[in-house]
Amino acid sequence: MKNIANLSLRDVSKTFTSEKGEKIESLSSISLDIENEEFICLLGPSGCGKTTLLRIIAGLDRPSTGSINLDGYGIDRPNPQIVMIFQEYSLYPWRTVVANIGFGLELRKVPAQERHLIIKKYIEIVGLEGFENSYPYELSGGMRQRVAVARAIAVNPSILLMDEPFGALDAQTRNLLQQELLKIWEKTKKTIVFVTHSVDEAVYLADRIVVFTPRPGRICEVISEDSPRPRDRTSIEFAKVRRHVLDLINQPKCSLP
Amino acid sequence: MKKPLYFFLPVLILIAWEITATFINNAFILPRLESILAVLLNPTATTYMMGTGSLIDNAKASIIRILLGFLLAAVIAIPLGIGMGRSEFVHEFFDSTIQILRPIPPLAWVPLTLAWFKIGITSIVFIIFIGAFFPILLNTIDGVRGIKKTWAEVAMNLGAHERQLMGKVILPGAAPTIWTGLRVGFGVAWMCVIAAEWLPGTTQGLGYLILYAYNFGQINVVVAGMVAIGLIGIGFDVLFKWVEKRWFGWRSLER
Repeated sequence: MKNIANLSLRDVSKTFTSEKGEKIESLSSISLDIENEEFICLLGPSGCGKTTLLRIIAGLDRPSTGSINLDGYGIDRPNPQIVMIFQEYSLYPWRTVVANIGFGLELRKVPAQERHLIIKKYIEIVGLEGFENSYPYELSGGMRQRVAVARAIAVNPSILLMDEPFGALDAQTRNLLQQELLKIWEKTKKTIVFVTHSVDEAVYLADRIVVFTPRPGRICEVISEDSPRPRDRTSIEFAKVRRHVLDLINQPKCSLP
Repeated sequence: MKKPLYFFLPVLILIAWEITATFINNAFILPRLESILAVLLNPTATTYMMGTGSLIDNAKASIIRILLGFLLAAVIAIPLGIGMGRSEFVHEFFDSTIQILRPIPPLAWVPLTLAWFKIGITSIVFIIFIGAFFPILLNTIDGVRGIKKTWAEVAMNLGAHERQLMGKVILPGAAPTIWTGLRVGFGVAWMCVIAAEWLPGTTQGLGYLILYAYNFGQINVVVAGMVAIGLIGIGFDVLFKWVEKRWFGWRSLER
């Protein structure tokens, strides 16, 4: 399967109705083109609607206005080419590591033999050899997210959506998983849309950082970052980019709704 | 034995029973242990059973009745509970009726049951059905509602259609709670079967046996019947708990 992905968002807005009946605008007129094999970070404060945007792309929520196109086709339901990785609690506790990773393949009716080969490959890619038959409750938070990553890429989507996937992990584990995610990305050539509120994480990972304003979320700036990987977090260049992003999000045009 | 104290009180009670029984010397009030054991240790004998068959026959009759009523309750309560747990509409439609019927004790249904189904197995099974139905239903609703939203969303995102969502996420996710409902429902049903066997027209079953034996002054058979009822109850509970640990252990271990 070739990875031809060209995701384009046009004027996407989302308005919720609260329980009191008030209309709450969560996303306002988002337009963005995401290229094939690109690593995009959506950066913004909590509640700015970046997760909502990801859910809309995943087909789990519908936009109030606007449209999303993948290679020219509109998306209004889950698409086999687009798979989401959630922040936590997404593994099935009654399934072993192997059965969790094979879940999507099972849904897509991949024959058992082929499934086992694919699972084996991704167990190796995420470094979970020896834990094949463990249950999620036997794993650390970092290992669980490896399983979640493996489950998502096992169905070979062209686009991975990641909703603060390392947000609940300790700093060391998070750094390690970021490194490994980049390796997987280079190996598998996926397009990744990664939601985070950490400037450091965005600068470390992204080709482009899309900065959101507080609610209702709008795109206030898109920063291209083309320094070579692996990036050194302690280098002066890294600090400069970080500073630039931080300055930007403190400016009125990004810090005010 | 790691906990010697665990069986201390039961042994003490047995000793006290035997001493008191010897002292009173009236088998119509407190039969000697050996006369009770004589019934229990010969479960296939018909000697003490006043024509009701053996102890095993009576136990079998009760167990068949409870299985009928219990399975009927499960077959109706589980799908209904899943529907009510999944759909606000279905819940709204059924909930008022269930809330009104639920507090009525199963035995309060006896007169109406007799009016509807007359004497016979149908009435007994219906009483057991009523007893088992509500614990199974309420636990199923709870179990389905307790499914984490993310579990369903992962499946939908990966392209699950409705039947796969049901079979691979909702059912396995709710299974431990549904199982708890089955266990509790079975316990209630076991209490119901004994009392339901006191309905007129019954000629066999442990409940029938102990009342019938009382009428004949066979208190040793009454007590032996009670012990058998207790043991079978424990047996099923152990079985339910074993399955729970074996298949649904993840629920208690999940952080």
